[in-house]
Parts: sequence; structure tokens; C-alpha cells
Amino acid sequence: MYRSHVMVCGGTGCTSSNSDKIAQAFEDEILATGLQDEVKVIRTGCFGLCALGPIVVIYPEGSFYSMVKEENVKEIVDEHLLKGRPVTRLLYDETVAEDNTIKSLDDTAFYKKQLRIALRNCGVINPENIDEYIAFDGYAALGKVLTEMTPDEVIQTILDSGLRGRGGAGFPTGLKWKFAAGNKADQKYVCCNADEGDPGAFMDRSILEGDPHVVIEAMAIAAYAIGASQGYVYIRAEYPIAVQRLTIAINQAREYGLLGKNIFGTDFSFDLDIKLGAGAFVCGEETALMTSIEGKRGEPRPRPPFPAVKGLFARPTILNNVETYANVPQIILKGADWFASMGTEKSKGTKVFALGGKIKNTGLVEIPMGTTLRTIVEEIGGGIPNGKKFKAAQTGGPSGGCIPASLIDTPIDYDNLIAIGSMMGSGGLIVMDEDTCMVDIAKFFLEFTVDESCGKCTPCRVGTKRLLELLNKITDGKGTMEDLDKIEELAEFIKANSLCGLGQTAPNPVLSTMRYFRDEYVEHIVNKRCPAGVCKALLNYKIDPVKCKGCTLCARTCPAGAISGTVRQPHSIDTTKCVKCGACVEKCKFGAISKG
Amino acid sequence: MKSLQELAAIRDRMKQTVNTREAAHDTTRIVVGMATCGIAAGARPVLNAFTEEIARRELSGVLVTQTGCIGLCQYEPIVEVTMPGQDKVTYVKMTPDKVARVVSEHIIGGKPVAEYTIGAR
Repeated sequence: MYRSHVMVCGGTGCTSSNSDKIAQAFEDEILATGLQDEVKVIRTGCFGLCALGPIVVIYPEGSFYSMVKEENVKEIVDEHLLKGRPVTRLLYDETVAEDNTIKSLDDTAFYKKQLRIALRNCGVINPENIDEYIAFDGYAALGKVLTEMTPDEVIQTILDSGLRGRGGAGFPTGLKWKFAAGNKADQKYVCCNADEGDPGAFMDRSILEGDPHVVIEAMAIAAYAIGASQGYVYIRAEYPIAVQRLTIAINQAREYGLLGKNIFGTDFSFDLDIKLGAGAFVCGEETALMTSIEGKRGEPRPRPPFPAVKGLFARPTILNNVETYANVPQIILKGADWFASMGTEKSKGTKVFALGGKIKNTGLVEIPMGTTLRTIVEEIGGGIPNGKKFKAAQTGGPSGGCIPASLIDTPIDYDNLIAIGSMMGSGGLIVMDEDTCMVDIAKFFLEFTVDESCGKCTPCRVGTKRLLELLNKITDGKGTMEDLDKIEELAEFIKANSLCGLGQTAPNPVLSTMRYFRDEYVEHIVNKRCPAGVCKALLNYKIDPVKCKGCTLCARTCPAGAISGTVRQPHSIDTTKCVKCGACVEKCKFGAISKG
Repeated sequence: MKSLQELAAIRDRMKQTVNTREAAHDTTRIVVGMATCGIAAGARPVLNAFTEEIARRELSGVLVTQTGCIGLCQYEPIVEVTMPGQDKVTYVKMTPDKVARVVSEHIIGGKPVAEYTIGAR
């Protein structure tokens, strides 16, 4: 019987900042103080506030310790666990009120506007213990489905809930299941897409790390609904913690008979295997993913036939994203109406975003559909650091587009994002401030898709490459106004003619930045100037002779030997030698060096 | 897993885990004074007795926690019980033997055990 639980975040973010050692230190210290029978240490999944990791939460009080260091552990054990005095100095400052009383985490700006459905168990349970998942109503939905509902009723519930694919495209999940259920075959398959590849996205990883059983349960429900007996989780090998926890979870589910033959004493049988991906972005595309599971090179194929007709091993198959699955058990337990009561008219429920870039609270947030970008950036995200101004946010990663500051009040749902030239994508949300060059950002995402293009079809393989060359021309200061027309023409061609989603969406970052920040492109071309001061070829560093005190620090720092001058005399930069690394600007104590 | 009953049995067995992590949102609080004076007077066994009694009776929505020095060191171990809609009740000179009665009469029955309270001194 434990009176207190010490939850140490074991997500990838906190693990990278040593949370494993912190958990170990807690265990050692608890043993040293003789509290081992009263206090239990548990490694959990992600709490969401990755910027403040490593995170430790102590129950029953729910005290939220942030940026915990190994040397803090003894103090927390002595004071909090032994004497019952939370160490306010080490708590997340948002949870400590001015009079030193401790507020609930639910009252902090970061958590207040969130609604956790897909992430409900992340940070709450021990992901490596199936009993804890069961304690929080785990596998109850599977039990209900198998003993009380027909497959058609399950599909109807998912249809009525309005759940749409969280992988990005937003296809109605129930409809996908219905198509697959309607096709007769000797064998059908249920697949899970955990090949999260967008730069900056880590929602699926966090769900698998924090609550792996929810995916297993939902896949079993889907299998029952469409009449499948075998499932595959396609997950990238770059997610070792997620792979490990999912493997443990599958083994536990098998031991309990929640996977295998005659589950819950019914004649329904289902088993699940993991397929590791090697990290190709194209394998997140459904046909390429299935080709990869079959053991072949991961390349897409034309649709139709759609996977619901001819998918994995040419059998009817459904493929859903991790986050989509994470919603399913709750919908079964609480009903379609409950789920449909949240969100907007055509986008129901919540969406998880991986918030990154120029934002204070980097991390994982789950918000009801229809929340505005302003709420996410200014309230949940805590605003832009260093007093900079919000310029734009990129959703959908390399397939999406940017949302400029002028559209910050757009309620976020599938259709609104499409209407403004972006897309939901899998949920990466990268915030950019005034120091971000939009041409450079478009180039960054395009470089990614050029690298990741599988090469099967020409529009994507050659087209994206040519598009990148045009952008390089502009950032090198060699662009012409005709290039802008060429970019638009080529981008539309790639969109219309590529074989799969990768190519069809690859030009989106270029098109959307041109739509909202055309003046920046023009500035690069006409005035050979990068307004944000990012594009190196267009930058010139200058020393203000009035401010320069002649301390020689810059000259000693310059790796190219481009700065000259004598002591106590203003220095100058030889622009032909300057490599524009910016090292001198950082070193100058007098703010005498400027770029422009 | 051959039946829903098996699943329910695991869930019931794990109830305490759920309660500990969700108690922060609930309202009945049992606060044990655990400063040096409290610990020296034997507050730890009292705290553990409360935890075990709450778990044994499968009560949910009851938070057992600690606090620092309450300021009446000669009366330690001190336990404060706050229930929704009631004034705070302060029990003094608590022992593990007294815990079961406080839980059954006060926490469950809603009627404080007057003879253990500070007012009876």
C-alpha cells in the first residue's frame, strides 16, 4: 500500500535530460530514508510540458516539480515525502501563487485550455504495467464491444462520433472502417501508422511511450469491426523507447489473453505484430507503408485500388494513425454523442499538437478542435521568448503551410486550415518570430522533401529538385521576378501530377509562404535584401565606427580573419573575406556590429 | 482474459492506485502534521494507518497527505480533517489505534469523534 506516488517523466524529451538518473536517485533516496513501503516511484509517459523537463509529479498532492536535477532529489525526499512540505522553490512557478500557496496544475495557463482525451493517460499511468491501464478503464471498451455490440454498431458509433483521421488528411475514420468491413475476404488486416516523420512532430511517439495499451485496445476494436484477425504497427526504429514500451505492452496483453484466441471468451481472435521502419518519410504514406510491411522497398503505388479493397498482401486493410486510435476506446465507452459534442461542425473532438519553434512552452498540447491559434501561441504556449513578435506558424510540416499573424484568430480545424492554404497534418506546430525568413523556411521544408522523395515518379523526383534550385537562386540574390511565376507554375504541376501525398503536398510550404509573404520574396529579388537577416548571401556585416571601442575581441573571434584594426581604434570588416557566420556580433559587447 | 469479471477484478484491485492519483481533485482531506515534532511523537504510523484504512474500505475521493508543524507541538501527532461543507476538525495525540474509529465515524459517518479532538482537552 503506497500513500504517495512519485511520477517521473520517462518520455523521450525528459529522458534526454537525464530523467532516468533522477528516477534512480529517487529510488535510492527513498530506500535510504526507509520510505520504500510508503512511496512508489513510477516512470511515466510525457506530461506535455517538455520545455520544463525533467518533470516529476508527486501524488496525492499533485505537486509538479520542473527542471529537476539529481542534486534536488534528496531535498524533495527529505522535505516533501518525509515531512510533507512541498519544496515550493523547485515547483513549476506557474503552480505557486503569490502567497506561496500551491495551485492545481489544471489552473495553469499551459493546462487550463487543454482537453486531454488521446493523451489522458500520458503522465498518469505506468506505461509498462497493464494493470494500471486497466485501473483507468483500460480494455473496458474492448470488453464492451465484444460482448455487447455487433461490428456494424461499432462502425456506426465511430461514424456518428465524427472522428476523422489524425494523421493529417482527415478522412472520416468510420467510413474507412465501413468500406473495409464491406469487402469479403479470407483475411483482412488492421494497421497502425506510427511512422511519424514530419520535422518537429512527436505526438504519436508520446502516445506510444505514455499509453501503449490504448493503441492495442483500439486496434483490436477496429479488427472486430472490420473482421480482421491480424494487425501490424508500423513504427520507425528511431523511436526506441516507444518500440520498447509497445513490445512490453503487446506481450502483457498476450499474457492476459487480450490479444490471441477467443478474447473475453468470444470467438473473436486477434494478434498484433510490430514492423520497424527505417525512417523513410514516404513510408508514412499508406500504400508505401504497406509495401514496406510486405518486405519490399517502401514506395507508393497508385490508388485505386484503395487499401480497404486491396491493401496489405492484397487483402482489405485499414490503416489509422496512432492518435486516431487513441480516441477510439473513449468513444466506445462514453458514446458518439459525447465525442461529437466537442469541436467544430465538421471536426469533432480534440487534436494533439507538438508545439515547437520560437515559443516559451515547447511541448505537447491537446486542444478541442476550433481553438484559435492565438490561444495556443499566447496562452498555452506562453508567447514568444525575448519579446519578439509572432510572425507565422507552420502546421502540417513539409506538407502543410504557414498561418500568418493576420490569421491568428482562425479557429483550428481541418477545413479552416485547408481554406487558408495550410493543412492539419499530423500535428507539428512550429512557431516563427520576426527573425525567421519565410523564403528560408520554404527552402528548409523543400530540402526535406527533396531528400525524402522516393524517386518513383518524375514530378516529385525532378520537380521538387528544380523548385529548390529556383528558391536557392532567390536566396543567393540571383532571382528574377519571372522566377516567381515559374515557381508557381512548377508547384501547381507537381501538386497535380505526383503519385502520392508526399509529392502532391511538397510545394505547399512554398505556395503558402508566397501567398502571405510575397513581399519578402520580392525584397530578396529586387533589393537583394533578406528582411529577417537570415539568407547569408544577402547579408553584409558592418561595424559602427562610433560605437566601436577597438577592444579587438571581434578580430580575434573572426574565423576568416576578415576584421582588421588597431587597439582602441574603430575596426572594419573586409566583406570579400567575411563568411557571415555572425560570431563577431555575438562577441561584441558594445552592439557595434550590425547585419543588414 | 476469459470474461469481463476478470477485467473488473483487476480494476478493483488497482483502485487504490487510481485514488491516490485522482485524490488531488477531490475534497475530503486528511492532513497529518509531519514536522520533526510530529514525526518524533509517532506521526508516521498514524499516517500509514490512515492510508491503509482508506484503502481497506475502498474509499475514493479522500486525500491523505502531510503538512509541516501545525504549532501545537505538545499535542502531536495532530491530524486535521477537512470535509466538504464542514469546519476543519483537529484531532490531537493520535495513535494508529484511533484511526479506524475516525475513518468509520467521521470520514464515512460524517460525525467527528469528539473525544479525540482538541476541544476535548
